[in-house]
Amino acid sequence: MTAALELQALRKTYSNGHEALKGIDLRVEQGDFYALLGANGAGKSTTIGIVSSLVNKTSGTVKIFDYDLDTQREQAKAQIGLVPQEFNFNVFEPVGEILINQGGYYGITRPQATQRAETLLNQLGLWEKRKEQARTLSGGMKRRLMIARALIHEPRLLILDEPTAGVDIEIRRSMWEFLTELNQQGTTIILTTHYLEEAESLCRHIGIIAKGELIENTSMKELLSRMDSEHYVFDLAKPLETIDSPECCRFSLRDPQTLDVSFLRSTSSLNEVFQVLNERQIEVISMRNRTNRLEQLFIDMVGEKQ
Amino acid sequence: MNTQQKWTAYTTLLIREVLRFSRIWIQTILPPVITTALYFIIFGNLIGPKIGQMEGHNYIDFIVPGLIMMTVITNSYANVVSSFYGSKFQGNIAEMLVSPTPNWIILAGFISGGVARGMAVGTAVTLVSLFFSNLSIQHLFVMISIGLLTSMLFSLAGLINGVYARSFDDISIVPTFVLTPLTYLGGVFYSISMLPLFWQKVSLLNPVLYMVNGFRYGILGFADIPLWVSYLIIITFILILGSFSLSLLNRGVGIRS
Repeated sequence: MTAALELQALRKTYSNGHEALKGIDLRVEQGDFYALLGANGAGKSTTIGIVSSLVNKTSGTVKIFDYDLDTQREQAKAQIGLVPQEFNFNVFEPVGEILINQGGYYGITRPQATQRAETLLNQLGLWEKRKEQARTLSGGMKRRLMIARALIHEPRLLILDEPTAGVDIEIRRSMWEFLTELNQQGTTIILTTHYLEEAESLCRHIGIIAKGELIENTSMKELLSRMDSEHYVFDLAKPLETIDSPECCRFSLRDPQTLDVSFLRSTSSLNEVFQVLNERQIEVISMRNRTNRLEQLFIDMVGEKQ
Repeated sequence: MNTQQKWTAYTTLLIREVLRFSRIWIQTILPPVITTALYFIIFGNLIGPKIGQMEGHNYIDFIVPGLIMMTVITNSYANVVSSFYGSKFQGNIAEMLVSPTPNWIILAGFISGGVARGMAVGTAVTLVSLFFSNLSIQHLFVMISIGLLTSMLFSLAGLINGVYARSFDDISIVPTFVLTPLTYLGGVFYSISMLPLFWQKVSLLNPVLYMVNGFRYGILGFADIPLWVSYLIIITFILILGSFSLSLLNRGVGIRS
């Protein structure tokens, strides 16, 4: 099957000599929801910039739905919708006008673009703001406007660079639902984010970039399965002064009523932990993951690279 | 993109540009009209009668074509440089760069926006001049074509300035230190035949002279420079600056890292 995005030996060296990408090979399949992760300055935005024609590559090839960005530029660009990290619309233009103009740049006539803008603005809760200047919108609304703008030409590949940065939890959740629905309708989505919880709950595949190299490119399931250690925090009903660790796991008291529990999935399970706790007559009121699993993996992998 | 889609992209850019300067007409259309009206009052009605005839015409009639051309030049330039740099500054130039719109259409859209403003202000100033002078147009086609071509040329110059500009200072340096002196010394207020021979020859190096004289020929039927030379110079400059602008956009100078 044709890949939604295929990068081969992609390199970028900026004029100041900084080598941002050192030969990246990446394939994102059609219909995928793909997370591209990396620390600040790792090369994520450069990669997205090259794919969306905002950054000139030094060498390598970029294919979007098999259209070569060098030789079939117009067809390749027509497949992509981009939601950049920074707000980059004309803040003095009315919201509706921003969408209609963007449609126009893709050759969509004004009446058709007006219709699509109406649908998108309604879907994203911005219809009431259509005649207002973009500068009057709140941060969350501006993010949604950028998503609407990226979708006006109904792209097959949507690229979002930190789409939920700085938006509150409620709006973030509603954006997740919107993106999930969009992906279910067939749009391939590539996402960069600093919220690893976001990547873990939305994406099926994941790539990790560190220092201009793709150090991981696999399915989310496969990646998470590699993580052997589990860390939980238990809230206890009664305070304890001390506690010894059993064979199956490691106990440590954070405070008299909060117990940190760690164990290896390959050798133990939560059942064993609870068995020990029952034997010792320690009552647990609630429990939670100590860290986001993906976050732990990410830190481990990027840490190794550095 | 097929031809129809390219046309849509072009008209989108043009409408966007026209709406942009129309929305802020108090900043874009009104000031040049008021400034030029003051020129008409001071140089035409107050000082003009004391100067007498210039090449067989009343002084006010002589300066009207130059003043109209001056507003066309400065407004065409200002529109494109501010719009292009503004798009770079706010980042919304990316809206065009990520789209399949070819660079030559982006160029055509910005230039058409500059021409639209140049023509809008030029027409407004022409209407105002009717209150102060006895304007009778001798060659309408020449007047309109020289006006359009000059507007196109300075729109291109504005775009090049916008491409290289890195701050708001950069977009005001060229108009202040290059454009204004060239325009004032381009025969707007005098005929170069009044100058000593040496300065006449120096004046011939000023491209604005050819535009002002071509336009003056269109209105008064008289010019210091043969008409064909004016057309040749303007069209040559348009071709040079047009090719250069397109190459800047294709290479992504100032807009792609």
